[in-house]
Amino acid sequence: MKDVTVHLSLIILFAIVIRWTISLHPYSGAGKPPMFGDYEAQRHWMEITYNLPVGDWYQNTTDNDLQYWGLDYPPLTAYHSWALGIVSHSLNSSWVELHKSRGLESYDHKLFMRYSVLVVDLIVYLPAVFVYFLFCSPGLHDQYSQLVVCTVALLYPGLMLIDYGHFQYNCVSLGFALWGVIGLCKGHDLLGSLAFVLALNYKQMELYHAVPFFCYLLGKCISHFRKNYHEGMVKFVKLSAVVLASFCICWFPFLQSREQLTQVLHRLFPFARGLFEDKVANVWCSLSLVVKFKQILSISALTKICLTTTLLLIIPSSLDLLFRPSIPKFKLALVNSSLIFFLFSFQVHEKSILLAALPVLLLLPENFFACIWFLLISTFSMLPLLVNDGLTIAFLASTLLFYLLCDILTCVEFQQSVNRCNQNITRLKFFLEKQSQMLFAAFIVSVTGMVILTFVLLAIRPPERYPDLFPVIVSAYSCAHFLMFLVYFHWCQLTISPNSFLSSSNDRTESIQDNLSVKRQHKKLKSN
Amino acid sequence: MLWRISLAISCVKLLLVYAYHSTDFEVHRNWMAITNSLPLDEWYISDISQWTLDYPPVFAWMEKCFTYVAAFIDPQMLILDNLNYASNSTIAFQRLSVIVTDFILVYAVIEYAKYYKKISKSSSESEGNNFDPQLVLTFLLLANVGLLIVDHIHFQYNGILFGILILSILRISQDCLYEGAFWFALLLNMKHIYLYIAPAFGIYLLRNACFQSDKDGRIIWTSFSFQRIFFLASIVASVFTISFGPFLLKGQLFQVLGRLFPFKRGLCHAYWAPNFWTLYNVLDKGLAIAGSRLNLLPSNMTSAAAMTGGLVREYEHSILPTVKPFHTFLLTALSMLPLVLRLWFSTKGRNCFVECLSMCAFCAFLFGWHVHEKAVLLITIPLTLVVLDEKSWAKIFLLLSFVGHYSLFPLIYTSAESPFKCGVFLMYTIFSFYSLGKRHLRRTKKDDHFLPLMTVTEKIYLVGFALLHVYNQLLHHYVFRLNSTLPFLPLLFTSLYCALGVFYIWIISLKTFLLNR
Repeated sequence: MKDVTVHLSLIILFAIVIRWTISLHPYSGAGKPPMFGDYEAQRHWMEITYNLPVGDWYQNTTDNDLQYWGLDYPPLTAYHSWALGIVSHSLNSSWVELHKSRGLESYDHKLFMRYSVLVVDLIVYLPAVFVYFLFCSPGLHDQYSQLVVCTVALLYPGLMLIDYGHFQYNCVSLGFALWGVIGLCKGHDLLGSLAFVLALNYKQMELYHAVPFFCYLLGKCISHFRKNYHEGMVKFVKLSAVVLASFCICWFPFLQSREQLTQVLHRLFPFARGLFEDKVANVWCSLSLVVKFKQILSISALTKICLTTTLLLIIPSSLDLLFRPSIPKFKLALVNSSLIFFLFSFQVHEKSILLAALPVLLLLPENFFACIWFLLISTFSMLPLLVNDGLTIAFLASTLLFYLLCDILTCVEFQQSVNRCNQNITRLKFFLEKQSQMLFAAFIVSVTGMVILTFVLLAIRPPERYPDLFPVIVSAYSCAHFLMFLVYFHWCQLTISPNSFLSSSNDRTESIQDNLSVKRQHKKLKSN
Repeated sequence: MLWRISLAISCVKLLLVYAYHSTDFEVHRNWMAITNSLPLDEWYISDISQWTLDYPPVFAWMEKCFTYVAAFIDPQMLILDNLNYASNSTIAFQRLSVIVTDFILVYAVIEYAKYYKKISKSSSESEGNNFDPQLVLTFLLLANVGLLIVDHIHFQYNGILFGILILSILRISQDCLYEGAFWFALLLNMKHIYLYIAPAFGIYLLRNACFQSDKDGRIIWTSFSFQRIFFLASIVASVFTISFGPFLLKGQLFQVLGRLFPFKRGLCHAYWAPNFWTLYNVLDKGLAIAGSRLNLLPSNMTSAAAMTGGLVREYEHSILPTVKPFHTFLLTALSMLPLVLRLWFSTKGRNCFVECLSMCAFCAFLFGWHVHEKAVLLITIPLTLVVLDEKSWAKIFLLLSFVGHYSLFPLIYTSAESPFKCGVFLMYTIFSFYSLGKRHLRRTKKDDHFLPLMTVTEKIYLVGFALLHVYNQLLHHYVFRLNSTLPFLPLLFTSLYCALGVFYIWIISLKTFLLNR
């Protein structure tokens, strides 16, 4: 076995093992009739799509009660459910029996559902992560760091807890989006946009990423256009043709009549549902501590407010990307756009933070410390939801494991004991950043805050007048962090020069000897 | 850094809280209830639950300590009549108690790793391309897949016990013989299965406490010290007195011992541990079938069927002589005899002691009465302590940890845990082969990437496990559809295939131990 094969197989196995241990925990709405949770929603979609003709999937009929977990994701999710419906029918026909299977829960069915997530995760998301960090991240030159970043990215607890604990198929849409980014990084714009269209058609929430994709590709067309009129035009036409064609194929069954199309669109964008659900770490929910928006303003007014603030805030990063398109800017714009959507748009779920977490994962090679901080906070922001699902232990264990892994894999001692012959490796910086005492202190304070709030939420009974007090505090605490990260990532995007990742990567290339001196300094500091 | 790594491993254990647990979970809950609700003199008499207390007193005291915390978590679990009680908080508490007591193991392993680094400093500094030995040792011991499966899924408290064992070995290696003897005596009073390795401890302590060695490590017969042997004996005796004394005073000693050594159980456990008796049973069965096919036997002799019926009971062999506990005892003692003699005359201290200890466990595993498959850990874990030093032992360890840990698979038969156990097993196997291969093949410059250190036959044997697994998991059920007629065939195949390997490993390890150097 060659070294790389061994390392890769160990990482993949570790990722699978941890995912699987989480899947042994309960799922959302387990044993909670009459509505259950997302698990039942996904199962119900399999039931609907397996038994009903395509035309009825999104329609309210006697066999399809849309009030009970009606299908509200785009067609690719529906097709996926249909395929899974066929598989579950062949395994055990009672799992998808129309009407009768509602609220079905059994040991075997849970196992089937968990396997179904693992399979798509292994097909779509996992390879994308490896391809991205091994071939598309310019900040890393040596294999050790690449593999470390892969491990850290694969073990991001937020995604694992939602997909394997709570139960959803986020790995599919995020995986396709990641393939889109890979395509763009490698210059295969057509393939990249195709992958992104698939992501968008799996989950409409991928719109959070749509603006940067659009701006980057359009910006590229424009710059081509300036150099060579003909070439730019061809590129633009090709891109739009691919996007339109793939959209049409995905939506083909629903393009038969205008009513059907509007019905599907109405299902995908339900404006009637309210400003936010449960407790979300976004601006509106945090502000509702002070101002009760939901009571003061009508839904249509709220929609307008959300829409305008989101659009206004997204302008700076989009324009910057549009006129100076480059891959580093594109990645940062993905973070900024998804964060703005999460913080300011209408009808946000706490799980949507995963959409911001994905592009942050991509920035790990460039800014390890900030990204880990963000990832920890993003997982923490979902704590109230996870506690509700009975995933408290899974949350605590997987988050602690994630933090420890980041710490261990980047510490000098470990790197030396693993790579004893290899002296010149790029070292990922986590804690030993020079002149960052302030930042380090801030990080410690922030993590301590998280630990305290977790303890309070789990152990202390809230005052009777405010039963939701602690979840709201958790949301507001996370929201404050997200706002700061929003400013920080905007600053990164606007100040980064188009080819700066080359120089920045040189900055971060440090030999072991250099680190040793840093370590010695630390020891001195300690002894003093 | 080692502490952080062990904490990370503990996180993985914590994620297994909701995994399947066997009846051993109820066993330990019941023991907590017994020690909490009954006075001392009824501990070994109570039979309200079928899971009577059958570990020595110190372990019972540990359970008693748990009850003080458990009373705050969920007092219901401490009620004696609450059979099979398993609320979420009970599960979480009991799982956590295993994880927390495991930190004794963590402490022992880290101490051992430090000690190892100190003694091997001069030789290992110059080594180029391989892992830090400390790191390899920590991983191999703390992330041991067998321990993970048995303790954190199946549910037992082996972590703390092995921790004490390693601590004892460490102290003895550091020449703190009395302290080592104390820890081992304590260990014997927690779980009496460690009697398997007591001969090695006894001989080594006697040899080194009572006699001194000359410069070449040979024994000086005239240096016998009565004072030292008295001191050693009094340490061991006082531990036993404190533990068993109260029962002796109440006249319950034989009642306690009867609970500890239940010879009423059969020669083999419900699922046959891959040892000598598996081969013996299979031979018996084969002869019986062959005999009845060829009409060589009277018809009444073929009636005794279904040994693998999953019942823990005594069984009469049909052709070969039936085995009694005394026979197994004799065979075990005989097989251990050359080992302890070798240890007595050995001139190399520490390593020989650890090797002899694992070999004693090996003999007991092969020939013992009613051996559990879990007992294989008693060989692999101590053996881990010497794998970094010698190539031949590394090879034995790799083979045995593969075969032995695979033989634990039937313990966790639930389908939900199957990907986990396979994943962890593969990880552990890949890591151990990779790290030990790198360490021991460095000098020879041989490029042996696939299953390093193994001969061709051994490689074929190990690859055969993949076929075995595929047959057991898929072909047997879905292709041949033998599940209703021969439900125990996969178990039989597993223990037979493993037993062949284990027996082979025993022979080569015996050769290595007795003839090398």
